Amino acid sequence: MPKRTDISSILVIGAGPIIIGQACEFDYSGTQAIKALKEEGYRVVLVNSNPATIMTDPDMADATYIEPITPEVVAAIIAKERPDALLPTMGGQTALNTALALFNDGTLEKYGVTMIGADADAIDKAEDRQRFREAMDRIGLESARSGVAHNVDEAFAVLERTGLPSIIRPSFTLGGTGGGVAYNKAEFEYIVKTGIDASPTNEVLIEESLLGWKEFEMEVVRDRKDNCIIICAIENVDPMGVHTGDSITVAPALTLTDKEYQIMRNASIAVLREIGVETGGSNVQFAVNPADGRLIVIEMNPRVSRSSALASKATGFPIARVAAKLAVGYTLDELTNEITGATPASFEPSIDYVVTKIPRFAFEKFKGAEPLLSTAMKSVGEVMAIGRNFKESMQKALRGLETGLDGFNRVLELEGAGRDEITAALSRQTPDRLLIAAQAFREGFTLEEIHSITSYDPWFLRHIEEIIDEEAAIMRDGLPNDAAGLRRLKAMGFSDKRLSILAVRGIGVAGGMGETSAKRSGLLHDALRAMAGATTEDEVRALRNKLGVHPVFKRIDSCAAEFEAITPYMYSTYEAPLFGEPENEAMPSDRRKIVILGGGPNRIGQGIEFDYCCCHACYALEEVGYETIMINCNPETVSTDYDTSDRLYFEPLTAEDVLEILRVEQQNGELVGVIVQFGGQTPLKLAQALEDAGIPILGTSPDAIDLAEDRERFAKLVNDLGLKQPLNGIARSRDEAVAVAGRIGYPVLMRPSYVLGGRAMEIVDSQAQLDNYITTAVSVSGDSPVLIDQYLRDAIECDVDALCDGTQVVVAGVMQHIEEAGIHSGDSACTLPPYNLPAEIIAEMERQAELLALALGVKGLMNIQFAVKDGDVYLIEVNPRASRTVPFVAKAIGQPVAKVAARVMAGEKLSTFPPFKRTFDYMSVKEAVFPFARFAGVDPVLSPEMKSTGEVMGIDATFPIAFAKSQLGAGTRLPTGGTAFVSVKDSDKPVILPAVRQLIERGFKVIATGGTQRYLAQAGLPVELVNKVAEGRPHIVDKIIDGQIALIFNTTEGWQSLKDSQSIRGSALTGKVPYYTTAAASVAAAQAITALEGAKLEVRSLQDYYSN
Amino acid sequence: MADAAPSHAPQPAGATGVLVLAAGHVAWGRGFGAEGAAVGEVCFNTAMTGYQEVMTDPSYAGQIVTFTFPHIGNVGVNDEDLEAHVDGAVGCVVREDVTVPSNFRSTGTFGDWLAAKGKIGLSGIDTRALTRRIRLLGAPNAVIAHAADGKFDLPALIKRAADWPGLEGMDLARVVSRSGNVEWQGGVWALGKGYGRSPHSPRPHVVAIDYGAKDTIFRNLVKAGAQVTVVPATATLEQVLALDPAGVFLSNGPGDPAATGIYAVPVIQGLLERDVPIFGICLGHQMLGLAAGAKTAKMHQGHRGANHPVKRLEDGVVEITSMNHGFAVDNAALPEGVEETHVSLFDGSNCGIRVKGKRAFGVQYHPEASPGPMDSFYLFERFVGMLG
Repeated sequence: MPKRTDISSILVIGAGPIIIGQACEFDYSGTQAIKALKEEGYRVVLVNSNPATIMTDPDMADATYIEPITPEVVAAIIAKERPDALLPTMGGQTALNTALALFNDGTLEKYGVTMIGADADAIDKAEDRQRFREAMDRIGLESARSGVAHNVDEAFAVLERTGLPSIIRPSFTLGGTGGGVAYNKAEFEYIVKTGIDASPTNEVLIEESLLGWKEFEMEVVRDRKDNCIIICAIENVDPMGVHTGDSITVAPALTLTDKEYQIMRNASIAVLREIGVETGGSNVQFAVNPADGRLIVIEMNPRVSRSSALASKATGFPIARVAAKLAVGYTLDELTNEITGATPASFEPSIDYVVTKIPRFAFEKFKGAEPLLSTAMKSVGEVMAIGRNFKESMQKALRGLETGLDGFNRVLELEGAGRDEITAALSRQTPDRLLIAAQAFREGFTLEEIHSITSYDPWFLRHIEEIIDEEAAIMRDGLPNDAAGLRRLKAMGFSDKRLSILAVRGIGVAGGMGETSAKRSGLLHDALRAMAGATTEDEVRALRNKLGVHPVFKRIDSCAAEFEAITPYMYSTYEAPLFGEPENEAMPSDRRKIVILGGGPNRIGQGIEFDYCCCHACYALEEVGYETIMINCNPETVSTDYDTSDRLYFEPLTAEDVLEILRVEQQNGELVGVIVQFGGQTPLKLAQALEDAGIPILGTSPDAIDLAEDRERFAKLVNDLGLKQPLNGIARSRDEAVAVAGRIGYPVLMRPSYVLGGRAMEIVDSQAQLDNYITTAVSVSGDSPVLIDQYLRDAIECDVDALCDGTQVVVAGVMQHIEEAGIHSGDSACTLPPYNLPAEIIAEMERQAELLALALGVKGLMNIQFAVKDGDVYLIEVNPRASRTVPFVAKAIGQPVAKVAARVMAGEKLSTFPPFKRTFDYMSVKEAVFPFARFAGVDPVLSPEMKSTGEVMGIDATFPIAFAKSQLGAGTRLPTGGTAFVSVKDSDKPVILPAVRQLIERGFKVIATGGTQRYLAQAGLPVELVNKVAEGRPHIVDKIIDGQIALIFNTTEGWQSLKDSQSIRGSALTGKVPYYTTAAASVAAAQAITALEGAKLEVRSLQDYYSN
Repeated sequence: MADAAPSHAPQPAGATGVLVLAAGHVAWGRGFGAEGAAVGEVCFNTAMTGYQEVMTDPSYAGQIVTFTFPHIGNVGVNDEDLEAHVDGAVGCVVREDVTVPSNFRSTGTFGDWLAAKGKIGLSGIDTRALTRRIRLLGAPNAVIAHAADGKFDLPALIKRAADWPGLEGMDLARVVSRSGNVEWQGGVWALGKGYGRSPHSPRPHVVAIDYGAKDTIFRNLVKAGAQVTVVPATATLEQVLALDPAGVFLSNGPGDPAATGIYAVPVIQGLLERDVPIFGICLGHQMLGLAAGAKTAKMHQGHRGANHPVKRLEDGVVEITSMNHGFAVDNAALPEGVEETHVSLFDGSNCGIRVKGKRAFGVQYHPEASPGPMDSFYLFERFVGMLG
């Protein structure tokens, strides 16, 4: 069936900001979809509030709206663009919910917009728990015993049927927010209440517990002629009870017989048909009782998902691309798989390797959050690894995770621990439970024991046990000295680093000691290593080189080598020679090539923004004729899409893995260089190893990057240039820290060296706090000093992104932060251009940027942070590499900043590019988005520690409206009336005064606590007094919980005040009341509320903004 | 890939198994299953599940199966996932050592089961490289050998592989077929219930000619409503007609279709003349084609997996199918009386035919699946439905 000709333009809704449960996999999917639709000649209209996406690049869609994704705003876009169709399945839950709302409120009918892919009824049937269950009953598939409740009484009635433990899932929420597992009645009632609150329909589903059952996901694609194919079966290593997004998973399914697999396949297809997903990709989740194979349907998503992105990368089947083509009327038999070029789209991929996904968490960022996993997703990123067996795949994933693991590292806390302690650790669903299982093997637990505690399938445990046994053998016998022996270890996935840790040099002498070491691993092994001399990673590499043991590269072809595939999508493995040499399919070309190192798994502080830069480097360098080679291990990204680079290696970003790729790539053609400056800290950390290996690094030298990161070297440069820095110092002990802080004067900003995302960074007001920080937050030593800076209270912070080619400097953008200095720049809202900075200050920052870029010899991108206080410009930080703000700047100024930078790094001059525009008739505001709602008990307050997961952009003619849009995009709907609560620290009182006056003029009632109320009343404002929490009830928190408060301005100073006000922020978060914790943002919010009065939000496309 | 000169890599320590190609290439690995040596043609299968079914499929008689999925043996073995009790593949080549199985249906390990069946396993082989070689250079004749003590007489093994005449011209259907008539009992498998029984009510009688059939075919015929009598490959037209069939089924099977066709084709032509309804699968499909005047041809590249899309021409629907064939009915030279009904979406090769004016059809793929998707079960119902 050919494509539809009755539609000519299609609206695609993106997923909005990166949040937990909805990350850059939707940029990957949406980008593929937009390209596929444009290829077919459709006019594509896109709405997405997230500027860091590739899909919002102005050359992707025909009309790109970076606007809040709310039904009202999207309705305005529809009214303006009049698309014929709406594709709601590419933007996650956000797009589905928005599309459903537009259907329900009649907008789609009014403008004659057809939903393609999935219609409103199918979406509702899949999302509404009760309807879904009824649908499953109709097709004879079992669901867990369950019931729906809208209040606590109904919930307890359902509990009669399900029993405890039971699982509570709120309807229509992302990643199961607000849900959980209840083991007792009190916990049950608590989770039911939070679930009802979290659900937009105030509804929860209560289910019988399937804890310990096996969990599977099937990725299904269906076309309008009812052809259905399975792309991938994913098996969760973590059994039921952990959200699938937080589970370690493998593909394909490894513990099913064909008969069971076919039951699941048939069931998946039956589900799609019954739910009525007309075309496209869907995901169906199953639980299987390991005792008897009983199969239960958990849920289905009638759209592309995180799992479908994983399945695409795991199999080489571009689900989103195919889904988009199917949505416009093609059928599967009419399409080929563009990745393989050899197989039809209707081919069910067969793979000849094992894929492992491990989620990455950020609990350390959220003080007070327990690192426990349940049915509500908490991970912020994931790594995927490919190996020819489970062990290799798993160990590659562990080292690709970049959490300091080289494999199954020892769990030191449990070394030699008692059985009870280990049992307790195994029974907790923590992110590192698989490592604990490995440790339990070391501590003498049997497979059966570990299985009965954890319910990990024995098949997985057996392989982990074999790894641990092998580790013991290496500790006992040292490394083999023959190629076959070493290759056998490498084929199990052991990294050189891990092998170096396991092997003890001179083990021959130690003989019996090796035996002892193997038996009692732990500290004795360390002692032995210390005595005998540790083997280094370099020595293991040298041994491999000597024996000629190198990985080979195999292709992802979706057909297990049955047919020849064309796309160079590869992974490494260690193979035995078949007939002669181990077969290597890499076939490096004879071209001039540039390797771009990606950013690895997403984490707070390093996410989609860096992937965006890496993608642009690929696009730009390909345009000027280089062969581009991408190395990355994050399955969510556009950078790992098959057509982003010329060649893609899906590999961990470790020195070992990268060097082996470069070794092969250098066998043919010319390796012009490697780009390490675009992927965040991950590739930068490899720069030294690459340089040592004689690999050319493009752009700014690693030494210049190091200079900028090295406080002492940098301070000297700043002095030489005559620039001003906040007073600062470095301390390698507690006493030194006290001395430095005393010299600078409190408050000071403290942090460990070499960080991204401000990890463990804090403002310290007193020596007592300093002691607390030193003892709890960091370990201070000669190797890891602590940096101490003068904290410029209430200074205005600015970011400058600039490019330099070594001789010329071009400023791309100057951003003024809305939050004052001290809040992590990644967590601050900011505007481009600055909204209230004098021109001479801006000029001064640009002057300093130019001086610094030239002094550092920057070739490529550079980001500088400044603080402005009392008319003085202080230099806070320089990063001569791509920064988080690059995509925002590019979108705000309408220039491909990262592309230009990549070409400059490859040797072009800035003077050959058209100059960037510096004046605009619009304002761009970036706002950060936070995951606080995911972490019960965490204080949702901003600090120097970065906590945001994503960002949105608001664009409009004036600052207040652009700010309002940024708030709306971030999920904060500013009130137009009601009661505002104000409680601010003394220094903020004069700042906040005009804002409160504005609110009162708009008809708000304002209440405030003691000091603030007195101050505002004295200024003549009618402000009522409300009790602080400590002042007796009813107090402010009671009012927030009762829903009497519409807006909160709450700033604090000092630990006590912060602690006292935590319940205010906590209840505001739960009650979804807009709250601002800085004075500057409060003022901006009041301006926005004023500007919004009576105004309707106008929408305008990027293409339109740029054309002026 | 160029065919490199035969290499005699020295035997690595711990090698207890070996694959020796007729041309003299030697690949070392670890043996499991039965000890000894067996000769056969090396083929591959890309299905990720169902190794026990594959190893008991008589179509693999005389072959050594390379499994492209690296982990084989994960779910152990059981007494249900068997396709036949005759000799199928003589051995298998896998990437990974077989580990202790994990599945509630498992009653033993794959290695022990192979040993009991006298089949040889070889692990530690780069099965992807081997598969690519087969794709590019064709399926080689080889000897697979396993010796726990690691002692192999390589020259003798090479000679045995080289001396083996190969499958061409080999009528293996006769070897793996049942020797007498069997009243088939048993329906399809269901979770928690196992295999069903055949109902006793009067049902249309299907005579199934066993060229090396998978039992699941008969189970599916029962499920579709037939009573099934299985007869040997060499059954004569008279013997078949004496059973008073409402329809005749032609099964899959191993070996060279030309060799089997010598005696099979005349029987089928007799059935066509009498307008007996006929349904053929795989080899049976090719036999039907030959009987109706079509030709079979060796394919440029065979199809061997459980993931192959086939287009049903009557309505354009796509079926995902299980396939294992290196010959196909030549759809460029179909006679007037034969209509193509199904075609491969991979390479356009023939996947199904219908004899015009007759109630006779066949498919090149395996609608009984096992292993593989069950998209094509309707064919059994269609067949039984025409036995009015």
